[in-house]
Amino acid sequence: MSQAKAAETKVTPRRPKETGVPDPFPYMHPLLKKNYGKWAWHDRPRPGVLHHVAESGDEVWTVRAGTQRQMDVYTIRKLCDIGDRFAEGHVRFTTRSNIEFMVSSFDKVPALIQNLQAEGFPVGGTGNSVSMISHTQGWLHCDIPGTDASGVVKSLMDMLHTEFVKEEMPNRVRITTSCCQVNCGGQGDIAINVQYTKPPRINHDLVANVCERPAVVARCPVAAIRPAMVNGKPSLEVDEKKCVCCGACYPPCPPMQINGPDSTKLAIWVGGKHSNARSRPTFHKLVVANLPNNPPRWPEVEEVVRKILYAYKKNAKDWERMGEWIERIGWPRFFELTELAFTKHHLDTWVGARHTMNMSAHVHF
Amino acid sequence: MSAAEDRATTAAGPTVPSWPAFVLGMMTSDKGTAMSKDDKIGAAKHVTPHLDQLEGGPWPSFVTGLKRLRDSKGKQYAPMMNDLLGQLEHSYTNRLGYWKGGTVSVFGYGGGIIPRFSEVADKFPASKEFHTLRVQPPAGYHYSTEVLRKLCDIWEEHGSGLIAFHGQSGDIMFQGCTTENTQKAFDALNEIGFDLGGAGPALRTSTSCVGHARCEMSCYDEVKAHRSVLNKFVDEIHRPALPYKFKFKFSGCGNDCVNAIHRADFAVIGTWRDDMKVDQEEVKAYVGAVGRKYAIDHVIAMCPTRALSLNDDNTLEVDNKACVRCMHCLNVMPKALRPGDDKGASILVGGKRALKVGDLMGTMMVPFMRLQTEEDYEALVELAGKMLEFFGENALEHERIGETIDRIGLPAFLEAVGIEPDPNMVRHPRTSCYVRTDDFTEEAEKYFERKKFERAAKKPPVAKAAE
Ligand code: HEM
Ligand code: HEM
Ligand code: SF4
Ligand code: SF4
Ligand code: SF4
Ligand code: SF4
Repeated sequence: MSQAKAAETKVTPRRPKETGVPDPFPYMHPLLKKNYGKWAWHDRPRPGVLHHVAESGDEVWTVRAGTQRQMDVYTIRKLCDIGDRFAEGHVRFTTRSNIEFMVSSFDKVPALIQNLQAEGFPVGGTGNSVSMISHTQGWLHCDIPGTDASGVVKSLMDMLHTEFVKEEMPNRVRITTSCCQVNCGGQGDIAINVQYTKPPRINHDLVANVCERPAVVARCPVAAIRPAMVNGKPSLEVDEKKCVCCGACYPPCPPMQINGPDSTKLAIWVGGKHSNARSRPTFHKLVVANLPNNPPRWPEVEEVVRKILYAYKKNAKDWERMGEWIERIGWPRFFELTELAFTKHHLDTWVGARHTMNMSAHVHF
Repeated sequence: MSAAEDRATTAAGPTVPSWPAFVLGMMTSDKGTAMSKDDKIGAAKHVTPHLDQLEGGPWPSFVTGLKRLRDSKGKQYAPMMNDLLGQLEHSYTNRLGYWKGGTVSVFGYGGGIIPRFSEVADKFPASKEFHTLRVQPPAGYHYSTEVLRKLCDIWEEHGSGLIAFHGQSGDIMFQGCTTENTQKAFDALNEIGFDLGGAGPALRTSTSCVGHARCEMSCYDEVKAHRSVLNKFVDEIHRPALPYKFKFKFSGCGNDCVNAIHRADFAVIGTWRDDMKVDQEEVKAYVGAVGRKYAIDHVIAMCPTRALSLNDDNTLEVDNKACVRCMHCLNVMPKALRPGDDKGASILVGGKRALKVGDLMGTMMVPFMRLQTEEDYEALVELAGKMLEFFGENALEHERIGETIDRIGLPAFLEAVGIEPDPNMVRHPRTSCYVRTDDFTEEAEKYFERKKFERAAKKPPVAKAAE
């Protein structure tokens, strides 16, 4: 902003109202409000539809539909139009960016579904389906991404659409993505995460100007970064023998360029879950690395996800999550069924690695 | 004016991108950017051959949405979205990102805006500033269409027209705002009751599951817990002054629909202390429908603690002392089984994503906190405050609380926050002999004292309310 313009617009600044988390009750469907904390049971009359019955006997039907998460105002208004015409003017979003429309009568469900589908919003994501992939920001908006997030998700959901609109998986399948190696993504039955393959290349001319060197040195999980003088200027150096290519030094110091069109790859992890149902929550485990970061549709990633997903669908028992299925059949069989390779890189080398080894004489043949 | 406000006002000063325009341009071969003439947007429309391929297929396309914004005649954001598409296509071509951070904030606050400045602004000038406003959603993500429309109108006037419901942080992400419009957009959102979320080393935006609003598994009032805790510490949200981020998340039961255990430093996960409720007629109906073998294989045998047994008459026997409230049997037979009456939550601490020591799962800190009366919720807020205070004072810079606990050891942490050791905190007691135990006897005495006291205090909640 120019000085003149700044002066011109100078008014008493408005003090913010620090209201924090908005109260949801003014926005909540009246039946949800009325029966708050007093629900008795639910069932699912068809994929994409939940039917909840309250202790009062009130019933509410919820129709769930997928969205692209990154929505333009026209898409949101279209969803609002559908909500006003075919539902009752109240919606909510799930953690995985699906939208839910609540109605007080089953009669309203078919038209609602029809109109959502006609406008291109797939109805599903309930029960034992593959729900929307939870995703991050990527090239669209993050300052450190190794790949795009929305594009990977769109490509995969085009393929997974058939499983989103059905409930034919052994249990729910929750897929996540992360467009850098260390930040936003969560644990998933299948996780598609960036995996860098080369240490950062340092632009020494810029380090001195833009980086707080102690902060960068402190960020490295393996203490591979040292202050160094390069061409008479203070800079940093990386011990490439130690470096685990995590990219943690890149956010505090953009001259530590970790991304490269050829060195930024994708890895696939399986068997993570947050839910406590049956087994304890678990972290996902590496199964494939070095898949090419291949926009706009990442076909190599799609192929591996498909293999894993359908091996699970075919072989798991009802209610086994991905990780629980593998726990039962064993990793040798998993690699066999999915036709994937087991390498030295699957052997953990991080703190606590010993606890990931087979400390027994139990062997799967 | 408090010191905190002072700091914030300074932070809200002039806007300076912290990194000079640089790095990537020097390292990549520039493949150039193609344009096609189109007078709808008054400037040449970027061709986007890569992105165009993301318009087909059955899933809703964000690219089609971006194009809709670009092609909006006369809208202030149309040129910005044209260049945004151009930059994104440039990323798809060169396989690199082109945003850098900086400092942008609104008056009175030190955080909540994610500044983005383009590194290729020379090619895509209209989207050279493309900041995000992180805005806290209503607890449980409930909206009326009316308020959604208002949010759209505001963003259409001041921003790019692109909104994410919701980001991984739990915020509504209003993506794409110029530095100049950031304040205006915030003011308009703030006027209709919305407030900024957290960013940087601060208390972050929280999420809570649908829970009480529409789920029979729910064991506490998630909205009340979410709003009581977060709104008590708005200062910590708006003025980053913690060693690093701190997140609360609220799930009504062990299904943990908002991923609290791994995505929150402080996870509140609903549970119950008395026996689960069993409707034996519904159990019989379920077993009748699926058959005994299926019911045994998929409910009884899948119970992680062998707490279930199917009687010969198809009724269910539950060993409630063995049950760990994992939720499996309730999920499979929602008509037959329900949580008990003595409800509350477990508090797990220390969950986080990889940076820096690797992913951590939250671990059990408080096995049961009753959440039924006003005082119960006040106690939750108090515990939250204690934890935040400990974190603020003891964590190293850029260290999450789970890492702090690992560094100092759980016993030291418990002592600092005033929580007594409990066998529910461990999968099993220590296996390492490297420990000094000369005060073991005194500690054991304290344990027996505590147990005596707990037994005395464990009155049913109804009795308490009647007092
Ligand atoms: C006469 C005493 C000292 C001299 C002349 C000296 C000199 C230096 C110099 C020239 C640097 C590089 C600074 C730069 O290029 O920005 C440096 C860095 C450093 N010094 Fe010292 N130093 C002294 C004492 C100490 C002491 C006593 C400590 C610790 C107890 C220490 C710890 C460090 C550390 C950790 C760095 C690396 C900082 C970074 O990450 O950039 N130095 N010192
Ligand atoms: C007369 C005393 C000292 C002098 C002249 C001195 C000088 C330096 C210099 C020139 C560097 C390299 C900075 C660079 O590479 O840019 C350095 C690094 C460092 N110094 Fe010192 N130092 C002194 C004492 C100490 C002491 C007493 C300690 C610790 C107790 C210390 C800890 C360090 C550390 C940790 C580094 C960074 C090493 C790395 O990560 O590569 N220094 N010091
Ligand atoms: S996962 Fe990494 S690259 Fe992706 S949005 Fe998060 S911080 Fe950015
Ligand atoms: S990439 Fe990771 S391991 Fe390598 S130097 Fe950077 S922070 Fe250290
Ligand atoms: S976490 Fe539990 S209470 Fe909350 S919505 Fe999920 S199943 Fe229901
Ligand atoms: S809730 Fe889980 S642990 Fe408890 S009885 Fe059911 S299956 Fe077993």
